[in-house]
Amino acid sequence: MKDVPDHDLAVPLTDLIVCPQCDAVYHLKEPAAGEQAVCQRCHTVLIAPRRKAGLTIIAVALATLILIVGATFFPFLTIDAAGNKNSVSVFDSALAFSNGPLILLSLATAALIMLVPLARAVLTLYVLVPIVLDLPPAKFAMPAFRFSQALRPWSMAEIFALGCAVALVKVADLATVGFGPAFWMFGVLVILVVAQDSYMCKWSVWNSLEHPKKS
Amino acid sequence: MKSRDANSLQKVWAWWLVGFMCYIPANVYPMLQTRTLFQNDQSTIIGGAVELAQYGSWGIAFIILLASVAIPLAKFWAVAYLALSVRRPGAGFNNSRHLMYEIVEYIGRWSMIDIFVVAILSSLVQLNTLANINPGPASMFFALSVIFTMLSAQAFDSRLIWDGQAKDKGSA
Repeated sequence: MKDVPDHDLAVPLTDLIVCPQCDAVYHLKEPAAGEQAVCQRCHTVLIAPRRKAGLTIIAVALATLILIVGATFFPFLTIDAAGNKNSVSVFDSALAFSNGPLILLSLATAALIMLVPLARAVLTLYVLVPIVLDLPPAKFAMPAFRFSQALRPWSMAEIFALGCAVALVKVADLATVGFGPAFWMFGVLVILVVAQDSYMCKWSVWNSLEHPKKS
Repeated sequence: MKSRDANSLQKVWAWWLVGFMCYIPANVYPMLQTRTLFQNDQSTIIGGAVELAQYGSWGIAFIILLASVAIPLAKFWAVAYLALSVRRPGAGFNNSRHLMYEIVEYIGRWSMIDIFVVAILSSLVQLNTLANINPGPASMFFALSVIFTMLSAQAFDSRLIWDGQAKDKGSA
């Protein structure tokens, strides 16, 4: 991969790749599975194909979907202080702000820790299942994929998990705190969300959306 | 066809300003209202962290100070620096400025941790007369501040950092 000199503009556009972060232009050469194409200027990973990545991501997205629903409604933490017991689910803690104007915050919290990861899993399935099955791309697959990429910074499951640890230490001397089943589901969920992102090669997805296989 | 958003910097500064405006009340108003049998306690972000440190939880106090004071302030500074630096072509340090942008984009979301802690605490600690924890008005402002600074960082077009270099090469 080399910088393109000015006089060499006869190259067809499909043979070029532009770094989305710094706009450097390169000749396209697809790396083999397991290899990475990295921008020489700003070190952004441009292409990183992996063998069977599609199936892996679909499996992970399905598992994420199931875990989010479970982790939302099962009790998450239980507290016990001198006979007063209380158990909360993630859903309850999102609704903690539900009095007065703080309800907006409640909605935002619910969106950041449950709805956004859920939406990303659904969109990923919607876009990738037809590609992996070698079918023509789903309707509106491109805007769907773009939207799921835009949602990425707003998916805050892993931050919520660390928040839990902090909250636990804060109440530890006030009361006895126990973990509910949803706590462990949430732990697995955090790992899956990270795995889903690291397995996804955006360029490969865009490429197969733009040049669908004729079957 | 245009490959650059001409209003990128304007958007950055607009979100930056709103974010900063929200950050001030977030630190002045109480974040948590703790009611136990004998006392009614309101603590701000910094006050809560200091209290934790006094009880001996240095680690947690450190995480909270890092996530809700150090990171937001560093982020305000970094975004402002980046937005100012792309105005001067040939500012140099392209690689380190780009790295700075990536760090800002990655780390900004983690400030939300304090909001989640408040959410967990105030739903969990509802023990009738014994102890109650409720969110204070600062939580709203803090969440808004984090969201607005994230939008500010997203509005910044990292390619602007490298445009200066392209111009330098072109004129030489």
